[in-house]
Amino acid sequence: MEVLDNKITKFREGLAKTNLSFREESLKYAEDTLTELDFPTTRVERWKYTRVAKIANTQFSSRKDVVKQLNLPIQDAYTVVLVNGYFDKELSSKNLPEGVEISATSQSANNLLGKVATIKNEVFTALNTLYATDGVSLRIKAKTIVDKPIQLVHVITGENTIATVRNVLVSERFSEAEVVQVFLSENANASFTNNVSEIIVEEGAKLVLDKLQNESESNFHYSNECVQQASNSNFKINTITLNGGLVRNDLTIDVDGENCETHLNGAYILKGKQHVDNHTVVNHLKPNCHSNEMYKGVMDDQSTGVFNGRILVSKDSQKIEAYQSNGNVLLSDSASINSKPELEIYADNVKCSHGSTTGQLDDEAIYYLRTRGISEKSAKALMVTAFISDVTKRMDNDKVVEYVHNQLHDRFGWDF
Amino acid sequence: MIKITNLHASINGKEILKGLDLEVKAGEVHAIMGPNGAGKSTLASILAGREDYEVTEGSVDFDGVDLLALNTEDRAREGLFLAFQYPVEIPGVSNVNFLRTALNEIREYRGQEQIPAKDFLAMVKEKSKLVELDAGLASRAVNEGFSGGEKKRNEIFQMAMLEPKLAILDETDSGLDIDALRIVSNGVNALKSDNNATIVITHYQRLLDYIVPDFVHVLHDGKIVKTGPKELALELEEKGYDWLK
Ligand SMILES: Nc1ncnc2c1ncn2[C@@H]1O[C@H](COP(=O)(O)OP(=O)(O)O)[C@@H](O)[C@H]1O
Ligand SMILES: [Mg+2]
Repeated sequence: MEVLDNKITKFREGLAKTNLSFREESLKYAEDTLTELDFPTTRVERWKYTRVAKIANTQFSSRKDVVKQLNLPIQDAYTVVLVNGYFDKELSSKNLPEGVEISATSQSANNLLGKVATIKNEVFTALNTLYATDGVSLRIKAKTIVDKPIQLVHVITGENTIATVRNVLVSERFSEAEVVQVFLSENANASFTNNVSEIIVEEGAKLVLDKLQNESESNFHYSNECVQQASNSNFKINTITLNGGLVRNDLTIDVDGENCETHLNGAYILKGKQHVDNHTVVNHLKPNCHSNEMYKGVMDDQSTGVFNGRILVSKDSQKIEAYQSNGNVLLSDSASINSKPELEIYADNVKCSHGSTTGQLDDEAIYYLRTRGISEKSAKALMVTAFISDVTKRMDNDKVVEYVHNQLHDRFGWDF
Repeated sequence: MIKITNLHASINGKEILKGLDLEVKAGEVHAIMGPNGAGKSTLASILAGREDYEVTEGSVDFDGVDLLALNTEDRAREGLFLAFQYPVEIPGVSNVNFLRTALNEIREYRGQEQIPAKDFLAMVKEKSKLVELDAGLASRAVNEGFSGGEKKRNEIFQMAMLEPKLAILDETDSGLDIDALRIVSNGVNALKSDNNATIVITHYQRLLDYIVPDFVHVLHDGKIVKTGPKELALELEEKGYDWLK
């Protein structure tokens, strides 16, 4: 495989090996991956449109820090805060409800680490395994219905900081919970968040994960969510990228049980020189399931987006309904998007569809709105916000949606 | 209200309006008739400020303002309204939301306060009744999935909401059955006052039975070639346009 001239050795030099209780085989697999591979170039298919040279060429270091005031989406939540990948006891909720266990991954006797996140040949995930400083371990006990959202806050601070975070989320049988994961930065510049979450949704459980990315425009961010769904479970993930310089989201969902529902919603709203890449995989391994995916992007200035959505339906997975759509609006001539849906269907009795659209705002519509006394700027805002609302309408938590709208208002001047 | 003098305009180098004169005073209703391709929609578009057209000569005075110097939205804010021959569908943008934005931007331009939410909703209710627009349509996305008739009614609903000084109705009657025609016309007539004026563009006399004009003009080959009282419309219906060429 094509590699950059061994940047990875240098990259690893300043980093301390993880203390988390990974299984031996996970560590070995990660080590082998990094011995064999360097950072991906655009010749690697999965990284065709995303250049990581800026990450590869930066000497990052890990450091602890404290933060004070945080602007969080939800005030009334069970909140856990990590700063630069280290658990912050002070800022985290002390009282947890019955049936919810939250701890630092470093403090949990966890035998799941490395079990779910098994993407092959993935350098950033391997780095995460070898250098994770800490993370959140969350377990919703069987049949527990959590009364408030659980808010996981990841803050990164300082210059060239690296935060390597490893989370394990388990929704036990017939439990119900909503997790809001927020990524923020405080005085951060060219720092790097590497976040891997292993997520298990057991039989009959329901889990909603709102993932809000709102780091500074100079930050790098790699995320990998690996999800396993058991039968009769319901999993929804809303990935909203509000800010960040170079963002790559890998999301892989193995639907390994019958009668599951899976929802993947995403929005990326970019300007300047931002680059955001969403790679999603829905792997239908069992029959009688339903998945629905909608990602929408708005790109202004010279920003670039990538959407790659794969749906796999294995040979014996009959009666699958899988829908996917990706819509993009380019607000400037210099903005661009690479959108690629990939359906691989080996069963014959399935309903699958996908669609991808890219365009600019309709000039006729802008003119029409202007003839009613609306400025060009407001006309565009009305149309863009309507476009993004298709995604936010699918989100359950009004407070989270309000946060998203407020952030977009501050960043783009749009009113929802 | 509006005085158009020697207006010449072209698109893609092709001259469409060739020295058009027209004056409309407050309280009046003028009909502009003419065969397909005469330039009626072009005139409406140029008055509304569509940027595809190039005005090469002439002037338009709108209540003391040089209309041609204003951008599209400022013309609307000055009180000009165009009911489109082909209203545009705008996915996802709700009628109500967009009208609130429009009203508030118009008010801001005029140095007025924003409209209180309660007053706005009351106004939506009252005005949608005027054109018998289903309350559900008011909150749906602008014209999306509307029938032809619903789109035309929605234009008049917007006109009622924005209360323009001068309304230009471009073929508002086309595609309407007789009931819808009556509803739309009643709406337009109800909005009529001594302080506003209406230009009705049509090529059927039928509409003018409902919206009775003070003057009828014939637009042909980019110019007004004949002006007369409302009876002229009947004459045109009978004889066609050829005798005027
Ligand atoms: N975009 C355009 N490019 C070139 N010619 C146009 C364009 N739009 C309209 N025209 C021409 O302008 C003339 C007047 O059109 P229009 O104003 O729509 O007529 P009417 O509304 O009276 O039927 C027609 O000959 C038409 O073909
Ligand atoms: Mg026309």
